[in-house]
Amino acid sequence: MTSMKIKVLDGGLMTTVQDMGRVGYQKYGIIQSGAIDTFSLAVANLAVGNDTHEAALEMTLKGAMLELKRGIVFVLAGADMMATIGGIPVPMHRPVLVTQDATLVCGGPRHGARTYIAFAGNIDVPKRMASRSTYMRAGIGGYDGRALKDGDELTISSDEKITKKLYEIGHKISDTMISVDWFTPRVTTDTTRPIRVTRGLQADWFTKETLESFFSSKERYRVTVQADRMGYRLMGKTLELKEPRELISEPVAFGTVQVADGKPIVLMADRQTTGGYPKIAQIAMVDLPRFGQTRAGDTVSFSEISLAEAERLYIEQRTLIAKAATAAKLVLG
Amino acid sequence: MSINFSPLGEAAILVSFGSTIAPAVHDAVRSFSYALERQPFAGMTEYIAAYTSVTIFYDPVVLAKETLLNPEEGVPYSYQVAKLKAEAIVRSIDDKGGKSADARVVRVPVCYGGEYGPDLADVARYHKMTEQDVIETHTSGDYLIYMIGFAPGFPYVGGLPKSIATPRKKSPRLIIPEGSVGIAGEQTGIYPIATPGGWQLIGRTPLSLFRPDDDDDPTLLHAGDKLEFYAITADEYDEIKRAEDAKKGGDAS
Repeated sequence: MTSMKIKVLDGGLMTTVQDMGRVGYQKYGIIQSGAIDTFSLAVANLAVGNDTHEAALEMTLKGAMLELKRGIVFVLAGADMMATIGGIPVPMHRPVLVTQDATLVCGGPRHGARTYIAFAGNIDVPKRMASRSTYMRAGIGGYDGRALKDGDELTISSDEKITKKLYEIGHKISDTMISVDWFTPRVTTDTTRPIRVTRGLQADWFTKETLESFFSSKERYRVTVQADRMGYRLMGKTLELKEPRELISEPVAFGTVQVADGKPIVLMADRQTTGGYPKIAQIAMVDLPRFGQTRAGDTVSFSEISLAEAERLYIEQRTLIAKAATAAKLVLG
Repeated sequence: MSINFSPLGEAAILVSFGSTIAPAVHDAVRSFSYALERQPFAGMTEYIAAYTSVTIFYDPVVLAKETLLNPEEGVPYSYQVAKLKAEAIVRSIDDKGGKSADARVVRVPVCYGGEYGPDLADVARYHKMTEQDVIETHTSGDYLIYMIGFAPGFPYVGGLPKSIATPRKKSPRLIIPEGSVGIAGEQTGIYPIATPGGWQLIGRTPLSLFRPDDDDDPTLLHAGDKLEFYAITADEYDEIKRAEDAKKGGDAS
């Protein structure tokens, strides 16, 4: 194992360390955190020889500028932030070996909201409650419990095996980069296709007209500026209850669509553990990464699928990731 | 008691024990949670207990590997497996008579009024009581933590004497300091971390409610705990606070 330093020259808009989240602590009221687009995190990790759940950097809307040392292997996945090294575009969704000290410059994506940088090996930040994810409000996890800023230094411990492997099988794409042909399934940032949802636990509290239009895939909802890691507030046709009703607070999940003041709020990775608003829908897990790539100003529509279908699609997606993992192992050894 | 099962998406099942916030429903929630703690099933990732329900989270990929003798058409397979597991837990509780861990009593020292409880005077005025009356009433309550939520270790507490129930402040504070003890309507509670909020703040505890260094038990309070408040002076507050901070320092090494 060797350890390499990465210096942050610019943290971008909000760059945090995230893995698959803090699992097992919600009963204490501790939020799950973790990547918003878990699919991109998983495929990023595979491309650099990591397990799917390792920690990576999640960049939001405007990426970071990082000083990378020779020998480091990284990958970019998710939204295309038009990253460059020495003015040469860095290919997305494939492992890249840095062959001399260089600066990675990320911009802002034209579509999508989040980009993941995974490094071969571990990001050396301590695990807090079984996870390296950043929980900003409590100031714990990740890098000092906060987003990265200029002057920060990350340490990556990695195995030299993958560096050697890339020298062996890769091809030169610039004076500073070696990469390999790579195929990995990826998340689309297409917002024209409806987001698939299942019926929420209180869907029958809403009027027939509301349910028909919400689930029809014809009604569009706009992502407002109040869209962050905690939740996305959407604007659109008011969702009406048959009659005013109070819900006793109960647990919620990633992708729960609750309704407050007639407007949908989609709960994301940093959501609270319980909620007292009626839940009209639940975003199908298969489409949650795609929804997580939407940003303020985008419009989305929802189409209903059965829970059985949602479960089948999700298991299929996980199978796809498992196959990609096998393929990655074959190539990277 | 009628128990209902419903899916919260494709990776969670909500088990509901009633529709009112009541000690009997809470007892059922507690014994179910206790059984989950002791015998989590394969594929279960975690659970959250609430006022009237417990939601079990699971990995559908793991549950899909189990064999069902008569799977129902059109019903998600992993959900059927999860429901069978949850039903089995309910049955095992019925057989054993619903045991759960003995209720812990957590005693919480509070420095009431002054800078720690800036709304104590307002609360007293609202009820035409003296500040001392409010303190005595608050410390005399018989409190039960129904659930944990909103923030790490934030307790939803039942049992506030109605005579000091006070509406929330008209405009919420941007920051409520960690450890603040407050009243909101018929609820009382403690803020484990600094957050915005509209509660009437009557005091502050020097105890650390959130201890992120302790992976095994990161919060002081748990659902099902009984709570007792007792009044301390500002000097006692400082002394306990120093001891708590020293403990934190020790853990962080």
